[in-house]
Amino acid sequence: MRRFGWPLLAALTLPVALFACGGGGEGAEEGALSGSIELDGSSTVYPISEALAEEFQAAHPDTRVTVGVSGTGGGFKRFCAGEIDIADASRPIKDEESADCAANGITFTEIRIAWDGLSVITNPENDFVDCLTVDELKKIWEPGSTVNNWSQVRAGFPDKKLTLFGPGTDSGTFDYFTEEIAGETGASRADYTASEDDNVLVQGIEGEPEALGYFGFAYFEQNADRLRLLGVDGGQGCVEPSVATIESGEYAPLSRPLFLYVRNDALAELQVAAFLEFALTDGAELVRQVGYIALKPEQYEAERAKIPAAPAETTTAP
Amino acid sequence: MTLTGLRARRKLRERAIGGLLFAAGATSILTTAGIVVVLLVESAGFFRHVSVVEFLTGTTWTPLFRPQHFGVLPLVAGSFLVALIASVVALPLGLGAAIYLNEYAPNRARSILKPTLEILAGVPSVVYGYFALTFMTPVLQHLVPGLSMFNALSAGIVVGIMILPLVASLSEDAMRAVPRALSEGSYALGATRWETALRVVTPAALSGIVASFILAISRAVGETMAVVLAAGMTPRLTLDPRESIETMTAYIVQVSLGDTQFGSIEYQSIFAVGLSLFAVTLVMNIFGRWFLKRFRQVYA
Amino acid sequence: MRVLGQPDPRLRRRRRIGRLFHGLCFAATAVGVVFLLVLLLDIMIDGVAWLTPTFFTEFPSRIPARAGIKSALYGTVWLMGLVALVTFPLGVAAAIWLEEYAGKNWIQTVIQTNIANLAGVPSIVYGILGLAVFVRWMGAATGGRSVISGALTLSLLVLPTLIIAAQEAIRAVPGSIREASYGLGATKWQTVRHHVLPNALPGILTGTILALSRAIGETAPLIMIGALTFIAFVPDGPRDAFTALSIQIYNWASRPQDDFRHLAAAAILVLLLLLLSMNGLAIWLRNKYRKDW
Repeated sequence: MRRFGWPLLAALTLPVALFACGGGGEGAEEGALSGSIELDGSSTVYPISEALAEEFQAAHPDTRVTVGVSGTGGGFKRFCAGEIDIADASRPIKDEESADCAANGITFTEIRIAWDGLSVITNPENDFVDCLTVDELKKIWEPGSTVNNWSQVRAGFPDKKLTLFGPGTDSGTFDYFTEEIAGETGASRADYTASEDDNVLVQGIEGEPEALGYFGFAYFEQNADRLRLLGVDGGQGCVEPSVATIESGEYAPLSRPLFLYVRNDALAELQVAAFLEFALTDGAELVRQVGYIALKPEQYEAERAKIPAAPAETTTAP
Repeated sequence: MTLTGLRARRKLRERAIGGLLFAAGATSILTTAGIVVVLLVESAGFFRHVSVVEFLTGTTWTPLFRPQHFGVLPLVAGSFLVALIASVVALPLGLGAAIYLNEYAPNRARSILKPTLEILAGVPSVVYGYFALTFMTPVLQHLVPGLSMFNALSAGIVVGIMILPLVASLSEDAMRAVPRALSEGSYALGATRWETALRVVTPAALSGIVASFILAISRAVGETMAVVLAAGMTPRLTLDPRESIETMTAYIVQVSLGDTQFGSIEYQSIFAVGLSLFAVTLVMNIFGRWFLKRFRQVYA
Repeated sequence: MRVLGQPDPRLRRRRRIGRLFHGLCFAATAVGVVFLLVLLLDIMIDGVAWLTPTFFTEFPSRIPARAGIKSALYGTVWLMGLVALVTFPLGVAAAIWLEEYAGKNWIQTVIQTNIANLAGVPSIVYGILGLAVFVRWMGAATGGRSVISGALTLSLLVLPTLIIAAQEAIRAVPGSIREASYGLGATKWQTVRHHVLPNALPGILTGTILALSRAIGETAPLIMIGALTFIAFVPDGPRDAFTALSIQIYNWASRPQDDFRHLAAAAILVLLLLLLSMNGLAIWLRNKYRKDW
């Protein structure tokens, strides 16, 4: 018994030791920010939130920022149940979701954080198509659509199988796309590869020559060498999404703002307020880095003004 | 301190310890009860909205879309397709390996091959999933025309390799338990090694071999990570291995990746599918072990 | 057409088939070995270059060059420790009861069959159980999606395996030792505690280590407990959020960028190394302390 006690004991004390070493030191410095911030929601906004979380934690090592990917809808459900501090959203909050929050006594502030051009993507091997009209997109994606061959999309397209990829119904991207293209939120065919995880969509389109899909611009930017961007013709000619066309609104109808929704009672916590402050100042650069389009500086100022009782300069110097 | 007092105290302590130990053993009952209760209670909530008939016979599964359809057959077909491909890989190869290890392998080869198979069994399934996604699928895309990026074939092959050691080791145990008298008798009558292996030992070990098949298939049905990474998340009622499908296990993961709202019908669908999965694997496991017991009865 | 001295052509044919059969069976076994080698080679090629020291000290990041497995590694170690803490006493106690205390009655059969059934339940069903019981129902006590919830779920998952292994170890202790102890007037518990257990301990420890190694490779139950968020810190206590190596691998493997593939491969190498050392330890224990009764 004596012989084996020690290895077993060692294995069991290891976590305790780690706990002692890795855990201590919360609030060690005077005035250092600490506490947790929970974000969840849109997978489109996720790259921004992830970058913000990472850089914020690097600047304030005693804070803990977690970011989940439940989809815009899923994020709002948790938000209105008071489970998270900030909801990532790639579409504005719906009326019924607002009512849900109100019913639970949750008030919030809507903050615009970036612009996105919802991009229509295909596999690089599909060089016969440059642009799709809104009508063609509608024909492909509307409920009950039986289009499963490229030749059915436009006369002159080759006879090739059409495989579709797109977000699932909890996704704000899904809501936005269906509203703009099919005319009604949620109106979409159901027989495509649906995933809340945009990475799965990228992988799918990248690996399949006849694929077509849609997701946020940043996911294209980060994988530009393995995907092909299509322009969208909204009636004014073919426009490809780019920083310029999205910022000016020329890329229509699929340009849209991305949001962070913050609980007003969470704003009372120093670290949450500081995080938002950070997002609206240094965040612009991060937005560009991940591939989205940053707001203009005066627009960020306007958003900062929205924050109720925004504390003056609580962020410590990095 | 009388002797009877000491004895009484001892007896009490013994009883107490026995009780504690029994409680430990009984926690396993708690676990099973927990699984059954959780699955049934939440599924009951689900079946208040969806008829059992629609669930079991419907051919469309779109709980995440409007209009919602709750026919579980596409998921079952997906699990079945992957398990089928896995079986085609694992059963013949596993049996062949068992015969080799039992009949032909020299001791040195055995000492290398058996541990290798054990290692194969110990590799985590997420590693197999990674391998299927990054190696198998690209390779297979060159070999098989029309192979989707996410497909049942890669996942099925990889799951097959994962369960191969199970088939091999259980079958080998079964073959080893066949009395030597049988094989000696066969040799005495002039049969060759392969004739003995194929016509005498294997049929004699059949119950054990069938048991290994059933248990392995059950494991394939319960497999999650490899199919999540490689097989896709498109519920589809098809037997075409080149297409992207969704298994029961993958659906459960898909819904849990986002935090579906507690109490919503999507959340409850996890439990309905989980119940189906649990039922299928439980039946197969019971069958498999029954075969195993029958086999042991004959030769033990 | 039999000629003296020449083998029967039918026999020759049978022998030829025999050789073919031998070859096929060897090939069947070889497929498994070759597959393992290809798998290991592929992962090593993909990942070995990324096994830098910073890989172990950095947290996951959106920038592959900066990413590391610090939070995942800590999480996995935390899980291992907690699982060992829970399963060892519980599993050994159950095994002792089954082997030493239970009579050959229906309760023993029920519990034994039950354990055998539980061993075959898919891991994701345990995940469902964990989600419903430890995250939702006991959320206030466990802290919801926390290390302890994950550890408890994994414990339930590996407990049957541990119990079965411990039972075998206890069964291997010869009856003569027990008889001798009883003969000297010891009670059942004294016999178990001072004679059976010490002799069975190497086997029990081996079983525990193997059960633990199964636990740390599991991903599906942990995903269900909801550990799939961006976590760039280490757990402070059992009620903290966490991530684990297996989840990090899954996370990185699902990202399309090549660099993340390499990170996943590197993390897999760390996991495999961990598993290898645990299994090696188990085998060493088994060989060193094996007693030939």
